[in-house]
Amino acid sequence: MSAQTAAQETARPAARRAGGGGGLSLALAQGGIEFKQFVRTRESLVFTLLFPVMLMLIFGSIFGSVVITPPGENPAVTLSQYFVTGMIASGIMATGFQNLAITIPIERDRGVLKRYRGTPMPKWVFFAGKILCVAALAFISVVMLLAVAVAFYDLRLPDTGQKWFTFGWVSVLGLIACTLCGIAFSGVAKTGRAGPAVVTPIALILQFTSGVFFEYDDLPPWMQQFAALFPLKWMCQGLRSVFLPESFASQEVAGSYELGKVALVLAAWCVGGLVLCLVGFRWTSKREG
Amino acid sequence: MPGVTHEELAISVSGLRKSYADNVAVAGVDLAVPRGEVFALLGPNGAGKTTTVEILEGFRARDSGTVSVLGTDPAKADRDWRRRVGIVLQGTGEFDELKVHEVVRHFARFYPNPADPDEVIERVGLSEKANSRTHTLSGGQKRRLDVALGIVNQPEVLFLDEPTTGFDPAARREFWDLIRALSHTGTTILLTTHYLDEAEALADRVGVIARGTMIAVSTPAELGGRHLATATVSWRDDNGTHAEDTDRPTEVVQRLAASFGGEVPELTVTRPTLEDVYLKMIGENGQERA
Repeated sequence: MSAQTAAQETARPAARRAGGGGGLSLALAQGGIEFKQFVRTRESLVFTLLFPVMLMLIFGSIFGSVVITPPGENPAVTLSQYFVTGMIASGIMATGFQNLAITIPIERDRGVLKRYRGTPMPKWVFFAGKILCVAALAFISVVMLLAVAVAFYDLRLPDTGQKWFTFGWVSVLGLIACTLCGIAFSGVAKTGRAGPAVVTPIALILQFTSGVFFEYDDLPPWMQQFAALFPLKWMCQGLRSVFLPESFASQEVAGSYELGKVALVLAAWCVGGLVLCLVGFRWTSKREG
Repeated sequence: MPGVTHEELAISVSGLRKSYADNVAVAGVDLAVPRGEVFALLGPNGAGKTTTVEILEGFRARDSGTVSVLGTDPAKADRDWRRRVGIVLQGTGEFDELKVHEVVRHFARFYPNPADPDEVIERVGLSEKANSRTHTLSGGQKRRLDVALGIVNQPEVLFLDEPTTGFDPAARREFWDLIRALSHTGTTILLTTHYLDEAEALADRVGVIARGTMIAVSTPAELGGRHLATATVSWRDDNGTHAEDTDRPTEVVQRLAASFGGEVPELTVTRPTLEDVYLKMIGENGQERA
C-alpha cells in the first residue's frame, strides 16, 4: 500500500500555477465564472437586466410629460424624469437583491454550494465572486437605464463633479446594501422554486412605497414611514439629488435631499446586511436526512 | 483489518452515531479502510449510507463516535484536508451554461497541485465534449464531469456516492474502468451503490449497512458465507430440467457426466449471487427495501 502511495506522490506533476492561485486572483476568477454563467442564462439576463429597462419604457411612456413641479416653477420636472431616477435605483436593487435572493436558493437546491464547500476554496471567495459579478451587472444595468432615460425621458447627466461623486457613492452604498441583503435573504426561501414567490412581492412593495412608481411625497405618511426603514427609498432620494434640479428639493418630504441621512441609512443597511449574511446564510438545504 | 496499523488506514470510524429529531440515522457504525482500498458501502435507502458518507466528507456533524479520514477529524476539516479529499456527491449541481473545460479548469484553480484539466477530461472520457456546455451532456456524461471535479485535485481519498445511478449498462462498464484506473494509482475509494454487480466488480471489500448499523463487512466473494454456501447443479434430460442442491457439486457433475457419457445438456453450477446474499441479509434485518 505504501508503495502505491509513493507511486501516487511521484505521479503528481509539479505545481502548474503558483500556489493554486492567491485569494484575490481566485476571487476574480470566481467573479468571472459567475458573470459568464449569468450572461449565458437568457432568463436571468431578461429578468434582471432587461426587465427594468422595459418597465422604464412602459411607465415612462404612460407618465409622458406630466409636470410635477408647481405651475410656473423653473426648471420644471416631469413625472417620467422622477420615475426614471427611481428606476435606476430599482435596477441596482434588481441586480443586487432580487438576483441573488432568487438564484442562490436555486444553486443551494442543486448542490452547487455544497460542491464548493467540498473544495478548499475559502468561503469568502464565493461571496466575493457574487459581489464582483453583481457589481459588473449593476454597472451594465445603470448604463443601460441611463442611456434610455437620457435618450427618451429628458434626464440630464450630472453636470458637476460633486453630482457625479454623489451618484457614485449612492450607487455603490446602495448596491452593497442590496447585495448583502440579497445574500442574507437567500436563506429565507426554503427551496429554489419558492425564491421568486418570496422575493418578487417584497421588491414590488418597496418600489410602490419608496417613490419609484409614485411620487414619495404624495404617499400616505404611514407608507412613507414604512419605506423609510428600507434602503430603496434612500437610494431613490439620493439619486434624485443627482438627476433632478436643486430647486426640486423643496418637494421632498423633509424639504431637502438629506444626503447625510441617505449615507447613514445605507451604511447602516450595509452593516446590518453583513450581520444577517453571517447569521442566516446556509450552504445546504434543510431536507436531506 | 487485522495487521493494519492506524497510519495505514485512510478512513477509520468507530461508534459513529447520528440522529435527526426522533429518527436514528446512524446507530453505531464501525469502519476501517486501509489506504489504496476500494470499499463499497451497500444498504437500502434510508439505511444511513449517505449520512455516514457525509459525516466522513465533513458536511455533517455527528452526535458521537470517533472519525478519522487521512488522520484528521472531518468535523474539523481545514483547507489542507480538503485539498487531499475528492468528493462526488449524489446528484450534484451543475453549471449548465459553462463548458466542460471551463468548469474543470475553474475547479483546478482551487488546488495547489491540480492535475492537468485537459488530462482529467481525457481520463473521464469527455474530450470530445470539452467545448460543450454542460447542459448538453447526457446523464452519464454529467456524472463523468462530477468525477472529473472530484479527481482534479489528485485526491488521496475519493468519496463516490451512488456514482452510476441512471447509467446504461455500457456506460456503467466504462465508468468502472475509470474507477479501476484511479484505484491503480493508489487512490483510496469509498463507494456507495445500489448495484451489487458494481460492488462485486470494483470493491476489495463491501460493508452492508441496515438500520444505521454495519451488519457485515467482507470481500464480495465471501459476504454472508457466500463462498461456503450450497451450490445448485442443474441440467436437462428427456424428462425435463432438474436441479440438485449440494455441498459437493464436482461429484454431482462427474456422476452426471458418467451417466450421460460426455456432455451434460444445459449444465449449470450456481452459488448464491451477491444480490441473493445481500437481500437475505437485509431481509433478516427487518429493513424495508426501497
